[in-house]
Amino acid sequence: MGIYVVKRLGSLLISLIVASLVIFFALEVVPGDPASFMLGLNAQPDTVAALRAELGLNEPLPQRYASWISGMAVGDFGTSYTYRTPVEGMFADRLVISLPLALYALSLTVLIAFPVGIWAATKRGSLTDVTVMGATQLGIAIPNFWFGVLIVIAFAINLQWFAAGGFPGWDEGFFPAMKALTLPAVALALPQASILARVMRSSLLDTLGEDYIRTARAKGLTRRQALWRHALRNALIPVLTIIGLQFSFLLAGGIIIEKVFFLPGLGSLILQSISQRDLIVVKSAVMILVFAVIFVNFLVDLAYAWVDPRLRRGR
Amino acid sequence: MKQTIVMATAFAALTAGMALAKTDLTIGLQLEPPHLDPTSAAAGAIDQVLYSNVFEGLTRFGPDGSVNPGLAESWDISEDGMTYTFTLRAGVTFHDGTALDASDVVFSLDRARAEESTNAQKALFGSIAMVEAVDDTTVKVTLEAPQGSFLFNMAWGDAVIVAPESIEDIKANPVGTGAFKFVEWKQGDSITLMRNDAYWGDAPALTEATFKFISEPTAAFAAMMAQDIDAFYSYPAPENLTQFEADPRFTVLAGSTEGETILAINNKATPFENKMVRQAVTHAIDRQAIIDGAMFGYGTPIGTHFAPHNPDYVDLLGNSQYDPDKAKALLAEAGYPDGFTTTLKLPPPSYARRGGEIIAAQLRAVGIETEISNLEWAQWLEEVFRGYDFGLTIVSHTEPADIGIYANPTYYFQYENPAFQQLISDLSTENDPAARSEKLKEAQTIISEDYVNGYLFQLALTTVVNSKLNGIWENAPTQAVDLTGVSWSE
Repeated sequence: MGIYVVKRLGSLLISLIVASLVIFFALEVVPGDPASFMLGLNAQPDTVAALRAELGLNEPLPQRYASWISGMAVGDFGTSYTYRTPVEGMFADRLVISLPLALYALSLTVLIAFPVGIWAATKRGSLTDVTVMGATQLGIAIPNFWFGVLIVIAFAINLQWFAAGGFPGWDEGFFPAMKALTLPAVALALPQASILARVMRSSLLDTLGEDYIRTARAKGLTRRQALWRHALRNALIPVLTIIGLQFSFLLAGGIIIEKVFFLPGLGSLILQSISQRDLIVVKSAVMILVFAVIFVNFLVDLAYAWVDPRLRRGR
Repeated sequence: MKQTIVMATAFAALTAGMALAKTDLTIGLQLEPPHLDPTSAAAGAIDQVLYSNVFEGLTRFGPDGSVNPGLAESWDISEDGMTYTFTLRAGVTFHDGTALDASDVVFSLDRARAEESTNAQKALFGSIAMVEAVDDTTVKVTLEAPQGSFLFNMAWGDAVIVAPESIEDIKANPVGTGAFKFVEWKQGDSITLMRNDAYWGDAPALTEATFKFISEPTAAFAAMMAQDIDAFYSYPAPENLTQFEADPRFTVLAGSTEGETILAINNKATPFENKMVRQAVTHAIDRQAIIDGAMFGYGTPIGTHFAPHNPDYVDLLGNSQYDPDKAKALLAEAGYPDGFTTTLKLPPPSYARRGGEIIAAQLRAVGIETEISNLEWAQWLEEVFRGYDFGLTIVSHTEPADIGIYANPTYYFQYENPAFQQLISDLSTENDPAARSEKLKEAQTIISEDYVNGYLFQLALTTVVNSKLNGIWENAPTQAVDLTGVSWSE
C-alpha cells in the first residue's frame, strides 16, 4: 500500500507542474488587456500605460511565471488586477459557497442514486425498472439551468417558500445559508443523480453476472444476500470514478446554476475574471480546480485500493 | 372572539407600523463594480453605487442633467474665463470624521491630472494649469485656456473629492462626504450603504440601501417577481417589461441615457473611405425596425452623435432616412453596383448582438454582405478599438456630451476632418452660452453630413421599481443611482 500511495503522489505532483505551465502560458496568448478594459473608451494612452506599470504587466514572462508559482507554493496567489485585493481572499470568499454547494449537491446525488440504482438492479426487467430508468433518462436530458429556472418559478415566485437566489452568508446562521443553497443543490443534483443511478444499476448488473456470484448463489445465498455481501462492493469501483468526476464538475461546473441563482461562487468569479482579463485570478482559480480534480482522483485511487485489494500490490 | 379582535388589531398596528417604518431598499444592478474608486476606472457600476451617494464633487448632476452646486456652494469665474474660484460648504466632514477643506480639493484634482494618474477620464482635467488652496474653504483653479465645459467636467464621477487620509484603501473602503456611508461589500453578491447622520445637506429618507448584483436576465426577472429586490436599475431583459407594466405591484420607468448607439464605420478602411459608401450604409438602415426588434420599442432614433433630450440637439434624421433604393444607387455610383463584403464585429451587450443581426439583414438587402463576429469586451477593445481591425461595429457611447471624440483622428472610427477639429477646439474655449450652442449644432451637422457613422438610437434606460417607491431617477444624465431623494410611500 505504501509504494502505491507514493507512486500516486508522484504522478500527482508531475501533473500539477505540467498543468501550471500550460495554464500560465496558454492564458498569456489570450488577446485583451486588463488595463484598457478597466479604463474604457475615453482613457488616454498614457493613463493605460501608467495602469499597466502599476499592475506589473510590463515585467518579462518567465519572471512573472516564477513569481506566480513561488508565491502559490506559500499560499500567496497574487493580487487581482481589477479588484486589487489578494486573490486567495477572493477564493476563500467564493469557496465557502461553492464547496458546501458541491458537497450538498453530491450528497443529494448519492442519497438519490444509490437506492434508486440498487432498487432498479434488483427488479431488473420489471415495470419498476423500466419506469425508473425512463425517469433517469429524462433527468439526464433536462438541462440543469432550465430545471433551475423551473423550480425558481414554482418555489420562489409562486409559492414564495424560498428566495429566488442570492446567498445571505454563513454569519446569518447555518439554516438560512443551507436554505439558500437548497434550490441550486437540487437543480445540480438531478442530472447527476440520474447519471449515477444508471451507472450504479448497470455496474451492479454486471457484477451480478460474474462467476463468484454464481458460486455464492451455489453456496446457498439468496440473490439478495449475494448482492449485499459480494456484488455491491465490487460494483462500487465505476461508481466511485463517476462520483469523483461529478465532484470536480460540481465544484466549478455549476457556473450556469450560479448565474441562475446569482450565487457568488467560484464559477462566476472565473467567468467574470475572464471577461475582465483579470488573468491572475483566472490562472490561480484554474490551478486550484486542477489541484482539486487531481486530488480527488488521488482519493478515488486510494478508494479503489480499498475496495480492490489487487490494486494495492501495484499491479 | 375578543381575543381575535385584539390579535387582529395588534397585527394591523404592527403591519401599519412596519409599512411606515420601511426605510431600507434593495436595488438590483446587472454589473458589479470591479473596485470602489470612481476616480480610477471607467466601470459605470462604480458610479451607479457611489456617485452622489457616497462621493460628491465640486458640482453635481441633477436628474435632468443640469450642473448644480455640490461641495462648492458657489463659484466666481474671472472675466477671461481662466480662473475659477470655488467657495466650499462649511462644516462638511468625510465619513471617517475628518473635515473637508480646500487642501482635499487640491489633492483630488492634482491626483487626477498627475502623470501617473490612472483616471479613466483624465481629459476632463486636461485644461487645468494650477490648483491652489486660498484658505480653508476657498479653492482657486487656474486653467491653461478658457474651458466652457469646466463646471460640467467637475460634476463627473471621475472628478469627485477624495481625502488623502483614506486614499490608500479607497478601492475596498471608500470614504466620501455623501449622504450615505459605505458599510459592507460581499463580493459577487452585494454592497450595503447606510445613512450618514452627519451629512451636510438634507437627510435622505432611506436609512439603509443594498445594491444586489444579478447578471443573468432570467435571475433578474425571478428576483423582481419574488420581490426579493425592490427595484432593478437598467433592467436587462426588455422582453419582460410588458409583464411588469401589467402588474400593479411594479412600475416601469422608461427614461433616456447619454448613450448614443451607433453603427461605427472604419473611415480609413476600404471601401468606407468613400463617403458615398458610408452614406449608402446609413440609407440602408431602418432605425425603427432595429429599435422594435432589438430593443422592444425602447429607444429614440438619432441622426447625429448627440442626445435628443439635450437642448442643443439638432434633428438630422432627414440626412440618413431609410431608403434602400437610394443606398443601392449610391453604391453603384461609388463603383460597387454588386455590393461588397465587410466585417461586423459585435461586443456583448444585447443592443449590439440583437441589433447586429437586424442590421446585417438590412445591409444584405442592398448588397452589402457582412461577416458577423461576436467579441467579448476585452477582445473588442484589442481588435476594434485599438487595432482598427474592423469594417463595422455597433457600440453605445455612454459618456455625456462626447461629440469631441470626432476631433481625435486616432479614435477607432478614424474620422479626420481639420475643419471639425478646429470647431471643437474653438468650442472648448468658448464661454458664451449662445455661441457654444451654435458651435455644438454646427458640429452635429458636420458629422451627420459627412456620414461618419450610422447613427441608430439613443439608448433607453428602463428601470423596474416597486410601485410604492418614489424618487428613483428616470433618466441617466450620468451613470448614477442617486438615492438621496428616494423614499417609500404609505
